[in-house]
Amino acid sequence: MILFIVLAVIAIVSGVAVIAAKSPVRSALALVVNFLALAVIYFSMNLHLIGISQVLVYTGLIMMLFLFCILLLNLGAPQMLTEKSSLKRWVAYLVAGSLIVVLFSQTIGPLLIANGPTAPFGATTPSAPEDFGTAKAIGNTLFNHWVYGFEIASVLLLVGIVGSILLAKRRA
Amino acid sequence: MQEVPLAGYLTLALIMFTLGAVGVVIKRNPIVIFMCIELMLNSVNLTLVAFSQYLGDMAGQIMVLLVMTVAAAEAAVGLAIVLALFRNKQTVYVDEVNVLKW
Repeated sequence: MILFIVLAVIAIVSGVAVIAAKSPVRSALALVVNFLALAVIYFSMNLHLIGISQVLVYTGLIMMLFLFCILLLNLGAPQMLTEKSSLKRWVAYLVAGSLIVVLFSQTIGPLLIANGPTAPFGATTPSAPEDFGTAKAIGNTLFNHWVYGFEIASVLLLVGIVGSILLAKRRA
Repeated sequence: MQEVPLAGYLTLALIMFTLGAVGVVIKRNPIVIFMCIELMLNSVNLTLVAFSQYLGDMAGQIMVLLVMTVAAAEAAVGLAIVLALFRNKQTVYVDEVNVLKW
């Protein structure tokens, strides 16, 4: 519980830093911290495969893409990145506050009232198998019940590769 | 050691999703906008994992893997679009690009 609270605070602070940083490189580095905090949360839930995938895919692949793109673009001085309209920003804060209020009151609030704030997490589910979250169990589920989704995801990755090459190719 | 309640994970996911939504609206740099979209996708992943653990159902973790696939493809294609945009317009700021406006 203490570990979760510490990690949640790290994740929220780095998430604020993502949208508060002036330079996109600083946003990217704050996002790395956020992804790693989430990965440690997954590890603390004994979901090793999801945590490893989080580190590999997000902090490895996606952040490398972001930093490489920032490197290629050469966007100039950070003072060019200051936001201009303050009205839009206040509207955004208003929308965010109402989003938090609506989602909290509609989903988490009834859950807290129904279960009490410290309902046991996951321990009360008798249907959970012993090897829950291991690579073997996920592989069994993936290749027995979700094999079409797996194939569609692989085709999607192939289309993504071909499409990004086509878009980024320098035309003569 | 006390177990973490489901509402804790959901609250963290809610706050991260809202941060991502605010970032998408107020940022002008499309790379940072993509980062905020990744933030929102990550909060959805956390929700799926929390409910998967809570219900003892493995399907949520499979969905997390599929979401990661979609996020990787989306980042690759989106950043390629940003590169092509910069090559054509010499800027990437979303309020200076209006080729689709009229």
